[in-house]
Amino acid sequence: MSGALQDWKSQKKPFAAVATAPVFWLGLFFIAPMTIVWLYSFGQNAGPADINISGTLDNYKRATEWLYLSIFLKSFAVAALTTLICLIIGFPVAMAITFAAPKWRPWLLLGIMLPFWTNLLIRTYALMALMGTNGYMNKGLGGLWEGASWLRTLVGMQPLEAWTPVQLLYNNFAVVLGLVYVHLPFMVLPLYSALDRLDKSLIEASLDLGAGHFKTFMKIVVPLAAPGIFAGVMITLVPALGAYLTPDLMGGTDSQMIANVIERQFKRANDWPFGAALSFLLIYAMFILIALQSMRANKVKEAR
Amino acid sequence: MTEGKQPIIEIRNVSKRFGKVTAVDNISLDIRAGEFFVLLGPSGCGKTTLLRMIAGFEMPTEGQIIIDGQDMSLVPPNKRPVNMVFQSYAVFPHMNVTDNVGYGLRISGISKAETRDRVAEALELVKLGGFEDRMPDQMSGGQRQRVALARSLVMRPKVLLLDEPLSALDAKLRAQMQFELADLQDKVGITFVTVTHDQDEALSMASRVAVINKGEVAQLAPPSDLYEYPANRFVADFVGSVNIFEGTLTLDEPDKAAVDCPGLGKIYLNHGVTGPHGANVWIALRPEKIYLHVPGEGKAVRAAAQDAPDGHNLARGTIKGMSYLGDVTLYDIQLEGGHIIRVSRPNLSRHDQEDFTWDDKVSMHWRADSPVVLLS
Repeated sequence: MSGALQDWKSQKKPFAAVATAPVFWLGLFFIAPMTIVWLYSFGQNAGPADINISGTLDNYKRATEWLYLSIFLKSFAVAALTTLICLIIGFPVAMAITFAAPKWRPWLLLGIMLPFWTNLLIRTYALMALMGTNGYMNKGLGGLWEGASWLRTLVGMQPLEAWTPVQLLYNNFAVVLGLVYVHLPFMVLPLYSALDRLDKSLIEASLDLGAGHFKTFMKIVVPLAAPGIFAGVMITLVPALGAYLTPDLMGGTDSQMIANVIERQFKRANDWPFGAALSFLLIYAMFILIALQSMRANKVKEAR
Repeated sequence: MTEGKQPIIEIRNVSKRFGKVTAVDNISLDIRAGEFFVLLGPSGCGKTTLLRMIAGFEMPTEGQIIIDGQDMSLVPPNKRPVNMVFQSYAVFPHMNVTDNVGYGLRISGISKAETRDRVAEALELVKLGGFEDRMPDQMSGGQRQRVALARSLVMRPKVLLLDEPLSALDAKLRAQMQFELADLQDKVGITFVTVTHDQDEALSMASRVAVINKGEVAQLAPPSDLYEYPANRFVADFVGSVNIFEGTLTLDEPDKAAVDCPGLGKIYLNHGVTGPHGANVWIALRPEKIYLHVPGEGKAVRAAAQDAPDGHNLARGTIKGMSYLGDVTLYDIQLEGGHIIRVSRPNLSRHDQEDFTWDDKVSMHWRADSPVVLLS
């Protein structure tokens, strides 16, 4: 590229004209408030609406107590499981879109993106309606159960006892299912963009050289889609780690995640300093994840 | 039939339709073991589809393909005794040269020691010794193509398929690779089947060429036959450059024939053409087979055209266009009847191109065995 902004050092004025507004915006509405919250995390309540920033580390000490640490770890486990399931479901979906006829592709992508344009709250309640004890999921399972029971009577066995609806909601299962449902598009889109760039003749070349479809998948498709896989994992894992609404609405008493604890500190407990400390621990964890990812990406670049 | 002439690939009434489009239309042909076979045709003629059906990436809608005596209808690409060099080369970007070339051997469970030896041998064959650890993005297009060649040859296939192997190379490299490919084929003795739209490539490398037009074989012949004895107007026009004039067959005997072309004059041939008398035919005349003279050098003209009766195989015109190409000069000459004829004249001395210029009146003649009579 050889535009006027190719080198900002030699083109200071136009660069300043373009950069000032976003830098100002970022400073005023992101850096400044985040700094304030960060400072709160080193303070203590000095009244219902007063925080005394004393430089204490008490909040961090409390945040790393087992009670909170265990919730951190559990949040990680739930987010990791969510990401893994998204990957397992998302990869075949992304492959299917890549190999679909060109005229179908935009529609399939639209199908993936459509949920984005619907409010998360509505989507979550809709999913809850589906999973309730009187919801379609239970009715469907009941139907299958009765079918199995009828088959047993056909071969002369005792029928199964009557179907009792299963508790699908308000447990860890519901949280993971809800998170997978919400985050699947985040996984599919980067995977699709990686697979779409993959030269299809590489797959044909592998088949031509005697590899079966599974070996071709493992040795050609997966390694070449690796950047998409890592991007998908990060873009799913980070928001899943900070998920708040899904565990709040679909989880049970034991399925709260770290964001729910943080929310309680800021609202019901009115302990902003402690909430700030918890928040920043979460942010640090995410920083580490992102740093690891970019280190890996750099390594791959160097290897080339 | 000798051992070497046994067909390695038999294509039997193969058709391929994509929806309403017929890409390949009832093609039957045999490819003999050890030959360098070229499928030549304009883009979209179905030649690549035919190649992909031999490789197994497309299934024929009708007909069957037999490779080495075995029907391939139900055999997937990874089980066929053929290997393909892709137009884009399809070198695996995440593997170095050694791993790329050894890929097929590792997959088929060949021992490490044998894989190493065969990879080294294949790299030597394509002159890539010393490049073992290179990654594909550190190599030029020509080098990547050699990797793709080695990767296929190392499998010792019965047939090597090449899809437009030279189209992505620059002109100099292309000319060099033409010779190298022919040389390589000679060395390894594997049957090569190549797809190309470039007639020079086809003529220089092939032992036999199938010219494909609109999904059908227009002519199947060795390169020189294709050029000197084209079977129809499509082949005459597609292979090389040609002047085509419509005419009527007025004389047809076993040892001579004559055609009256309103645009060109009376054409005399010193051989028969076996066409119905009075039939509508076409005369194809290659530009380099026409001699150019200054008018008035009548003696020389008559002497040169002495194998034709008086008034035959002669034409007059005015030079309307010239294009100096170094080794030859091309002249577009407007005949007295208004038609344009192209003549190519070798620059045998360093000043030959100065002999004629725009608007010069010239006369032309050609030998009685030069024109080709086409019935379709």
